Amino acid sequence: MLSTNRESPPPAAGRAAMKKELPDQFKDHRHVWVFIELERDQVHPVSFELLGEGRKLADKLGVQLAGVVLGPPGEATWFAIAEAFAYGADLAYIVEAPLLADYRNEPFTKALTDLVTNYKPEILLLGATTLGRDLAGSVATTLLTGLTADCTELDVDADGSLAATRPTFGGSLLCTIYTLNCRPQMATVRPRVMAMPPRGNNKIGRVIQHKVSMIEEEIVTKVLGFLSDGQSATANLAYADVVVAGGLGLGAVENVKLMKKLARTIGADYGCSRPLVQKGWMPADRQIGQTGKTIRPKLYIAAGISGAIQHRVGVEGADLILAINTDPNAPIFDFAHLGVVTDAIRLLPSLTELFTHRLSPHSRDKLAN
Amino acid sequence: MHIVICIKQVPDSAQIRVHPVTNTIMRQGVPTIINPYDLFALEEALQLRDRHGGEVTVLTMGPPMAEDALRKALTYGADRAVLLTDRHFAGSDTLATSFALSRAIAKIGEAFGTPDIVFTGKQTIDGDTAQVGPGIAKRLDLLQLTYVAKIVSVDINGREITVERRSEGGTQTLMSKLPCLITMLEGTNEIRRGSLDDALRAARSQIVKWNAADAGIEDLTKCGLRGSPTVVKRVFAPPERAEKAEQIDTAEKTPRDLAEELIAGIFLRQPALESELAFDGE
Ligand SMILES: Cc1cc2nc3c(=O)[nH]c(=O)nc-3n(C[C@H](O)[C@H](O)[C@H](O)COP(=O)(O)OP(=O)(O)OC[C@H]3O[C@@H](n4cnc5c(N)ncnc54)[C@H](O)[C@@H]3O)c2cc1C
Repeated sequence: MLSTNRESPPPAAGRAAMKKELPDQFKDHRHVWVFIELERDQVHPVSFELLGEGRKLADKLGVQLAGVVLGPPGEATWFAIAEAFAYGADLAYIVEAPLLADYRNEPFTKALTDLVTNYKPEILLLGATTLGRDLAGSVATTLLTGLTADCTELDVDADGSLAATRPTFGGSLLCTIYTLNCRPQMATVRPRVMAMPPRGNNKIGRVIQHKVSMIEEEIVTKVLGFLSDGQSATANLAYADVVVAGGLGLGAVENVKLMKKLARTIGADYGCSRPLVQKGWMPADRQIGQTGKTIRPKLYIAAGISGAIQHRVGVEGADLILAINTDPNAPIFDFAHLGVVTDAIRLLPSLTELFTHRLSPHSRDKLAN
Repeated sequence: MHIVICIKQVPDSAQIRVHPVTNTIMRQGVPTIINPYDLFALEEALQLRDRHGGEVTVLTMGPPMAEDALRKALTYGADRAVLLTDRHFAGSDTLATSFALSRAIAKIGEAFGTPDIVFTGKQTIDGDTAQVGPGIAKRLDLLQLTYVAKIVSVDINGREITVERRSEGGTQTLMSKLPCLITMLEGTNEIRRGSLDDALRAARSQIVKWNAADAGIEDLTKCGLRGSPTVVKRVFAPPERAEKAEQIDTAEKTPRDLAEELIAGIFLRQPALESELAFDGE
């Protein structure tokens, strides 16, 4: 399937500058697809973020946007389709089968590759979640096509090729990647990197049903159990409206408490920069940034965080970034909105105290009277 | 049992700097390390071998100097190391990398016994894609278990394996069959200090070095740039934000004053937040 007629490997620049010569078998690939991630009856919000992005690409290309739902027969699966329409899909592909109830690589890979082979999308987007990355890697390898991980920007160029931009070298640089001679062009995007599009009222569109050509007996892997994280905030950090985070500037593990206390007081979730995880002061799932979580809160308070590029890429989507740092030249002040050059260890308790005054119902009542 | 583990030598990217003018990576003097996630996988592999007997083969694809990473893995206790190195692999994307590694693993199987488990780390710290593991699994038609946090049990005779893997909202317990490919999360297991014997053995060990032909790769169009459907078209620095943070003047102010000003500043910019911030009443 890959082009085989070149004599020797041309240099990168030469190859990138080459005109696209799409093999005939890919010429009828059309439309933008978004994989709608449904796990345990929940649609992952990253799917809606991708529909928003997919809508823009489809409009630029003048093609249709489709949502792809794989799930067990039942309400949740059809609800996922209705939601895909509400967030902008023109049509939906659905594969409904009991063996798609819990995520397993084998049936999902089979179902998605079959759909692609049958209905030929030119672009296929998935969330860079544990499910999405597991699935995207096997589907792309089965189809022998290109896959670009963790994109931060998607666009189509003048030729109609997908230009997928992602951070490289730990976020120090960005690179734009093309899939030249294969289809579909596949990309994953992490949760919260793209903005959530508005939810419309469109609840209907064309639905194409397809069957999975696999039976339970052919699937080796069995799910023995599932332990939910439950309501623990861990699962919600990426989607929290307010996040307080601490960095090495907190100085000692005891001071992490000051940051957590402020978070608790204002109903915020909390996170940290990478060194705190490396020191064992905080668990890995609290890390914010390139190799941690991407967040998009309304308010982000960073205490004692320098604002290295790897941290910056995880927080840039925040509406309001407030930085507390002793160093007036800390890079965080280059992208924060509001800054104060001071000792976070002294400021945090005062912030907590004054927020308490301002927000407690008691003092609100007093203000009202 | 025979376990193959794929590792990668990566620049210790905490120390990488980008040239301010040319936007190129300044690698000079940047030390290399074994990709940290691979070390969790290696420790897991060594523990399984210690428990069930057998051998651990480490494999890496890279330039000749990647030998250092393999030697390091031997000092931790791996039994054998294979370096896959050939200029035809230069410029490989994840699809081409998974092709070359899968051919080498097949060859390792022929030479030293079919692997029961192939391990990789969950991702590398330089590429960050998490795609090579699934790619190898697909190419070798192995069952794929990604983001594994814990290997619960392995039944060699029954050819069964049970693992816990992370999923978005929790932890799945999966039972599958051998052979399989596992990508390992950062675990609780720290990589062991190898014994003195291991260190001496590592120093003396011959590293198996294969080029494409040695690994049984005939079709070079599936390797390197030619075998890579993705192409890097442009590399650039992230755009600068135009304006810097508005600074609160700190002169002669107490933390209380500053806190007061900060809070005022927040609600001035985001008035709606005031009613949304939940006070939990302590
Ligand atoms: C491949 C790769 C991936 C990475 N991924 C991530 C990631 O996902 N997330 C991440 O955060 N980092 C990541 N990093 C690390 C990143 O490069 C930085 O090292 C890290 O973000 C720095 O953390 P920090 O700001 O807490 O510490 P430092 O850089 O040490 O900064 C501490 C800051 O605190 C200030 N300070 C000191 N004392 C006080 C005080 N009393 N009050 C207030 N301020 C004070 C200092 O002025 C300084 O600016 C990654 C690195 C690499 C190479």
